[in-house]
Amino acid sequence: MGPVQDNPIGAPLAGAPVGAPDDASDLGSLLKRASRGDQVAFAGIYDTTAARVHGLVLRVVRDPAQAEEVTQEVFLEVWRQSSRYDAERGSALAWLMTIAHRKAVDRVRSAEAASRRDETYHQRNQTPEHDTTAEAAHASLEAHRVRAALAHLTEVQREAIELAYFGGYTHTEVAALLDLPVGTAKTRIRDGLIRLRDTIGVGR
Amino acid sequence: MTDYQPTSGGDDVHALSGAYAVDALEPDERARFEAHLRQCADCRDEVDSLREAAAVLGTDDLAPPASLRDRLLADIATIRPLPPLMAEDAAPRAETPSAVVVQLDSRRRSVARIPLFAAAAAVIVAAVGGLWVRSDDEPPAPEITAEQVLAAADASSTDKSFPDGATAVVTVSRSLARSVIHTDDMRAAPEGKDYQLWLQTPAGVMEPAGVMPDLRDATVLLDGDASTATGVGITVEPDGGSERPSSEPIAVFPLGT
Repeated sequence: MGPVQDNPIGAPLAGAPVGAPDDASDLGSLLKRASRGDQVAFAGIYDTTAARVHGLVLRVVRDPAQAEEVTQEVFLEVWRQSSRYDAERGSALAWLMTIAHRKAVDRVRSAEAASRRDETYHQRNQTPEHDTTAEAAHASLEAHRVRAALAHLTEVQREAIELAYFGGYTHTEVAALLDLPVGTAKTRIRDGLIRLRDTIGVGR
Repeated sequence: MTDYQPTSGGDDVHALSGAYAVDALEPDERARFEAHLRQCADCRDEVDSLREAAAVLGTDDLAPPASLRDRLLADIATIRPLPPLMAEDAAPRAETPSAVVVQLDSRRRSVARIPLFAAAAAVIVAAVGGLWVRSDDEPPAPEITAEQVLAAADASSTDKSFPDGATAVVTVSRSLARSVIHTDDMRAAPEGKDYQLWLQTPAGVMEPAGVMPDLRDATVLLDGDASTATGVGITVEPDGGSERPSSEPIAVFPLGT
């Protein structure tokens, strides 16, 4: 099993950063154990993925207080749904990030949050600070790989994906933002994601 | 059944996979695409692989406040993880559209046996008589599926978000005279209760339209003729449903004309 076998639940796990080579299968087995009610396994999942999840949620939601609520919702959902993760359909990290993204987008689209976001937009219109811990070194390597892959996309594909994924905009909103004809943004998003997938070599 | 045609402007429904993978579909499109996913293994595979690609985009790691960890660990101690999906629940993986089947099964479990008996009797009568006699209150085309309603050219949708993040979309096709509700992340009804669906008639009467299955994400074809219905309501009723709404609706979806 993973390195958290004997980790007491109260102490944060000094785990490997997300995305380390042997991490993916490990996360899957932690999920399996969590689905049987293993709270130590859940703590392990949290410790290896919380920064990744929260970074995404904060980037989409922007407001730190709301982002914290969403991150909490995400992990409660991960606990509840852990038995529903199906390794045949993809990596555990992608499963988790899918939940995180959906929750973050739902939050920014709810009318109340949208107006609050607008109020704070000008104060917070900047990307979140990078984590300054040792993990950041790994994260920046990964970020570099992603940036390199994004460079293979056309400008419009990249912008469409970023507005949809980080902005939380629907494809029709993305079309309007980029002055694209209605109905073409979804094609740009799909083409861009396919190219990204094939460049990075994830999925199939 | 067969793959259905794109719903608007000659777009290809498969082309929605990318926007779906990054949660960029409008609520009604999302419901339609999810109905499509149940039938299209290629799209399911593609969505899975595109989600995998999207998942690498977020690399701005930032640890949440330490207090969140303690709160979560306290919270989960009071929450029971869901059981694994059994084969019959796994609609999105099945090769045939099974959402409606799942829904019927659930309803069969929870609602009275009399309608079933009546339906069986009707089949016998039809077989013996060699005639299919349709009574007035039956839907005009009993074989219509949720997928057909969602894909109908005149399908129109109304959506609603609940404070806990759950969403529901009601889609009506006046030409097919049926309506469909799709829920995402809907919390289960309280113990001993069901979510019951209602169709509001032009006279303002709420007609029972079925009971929601006990699933967080469900696509359900409502019972009853939706050709002139003015709205769809959801109430919380005792298990199996009621003849008349016994409480205020938790949601009302006005249906445009």
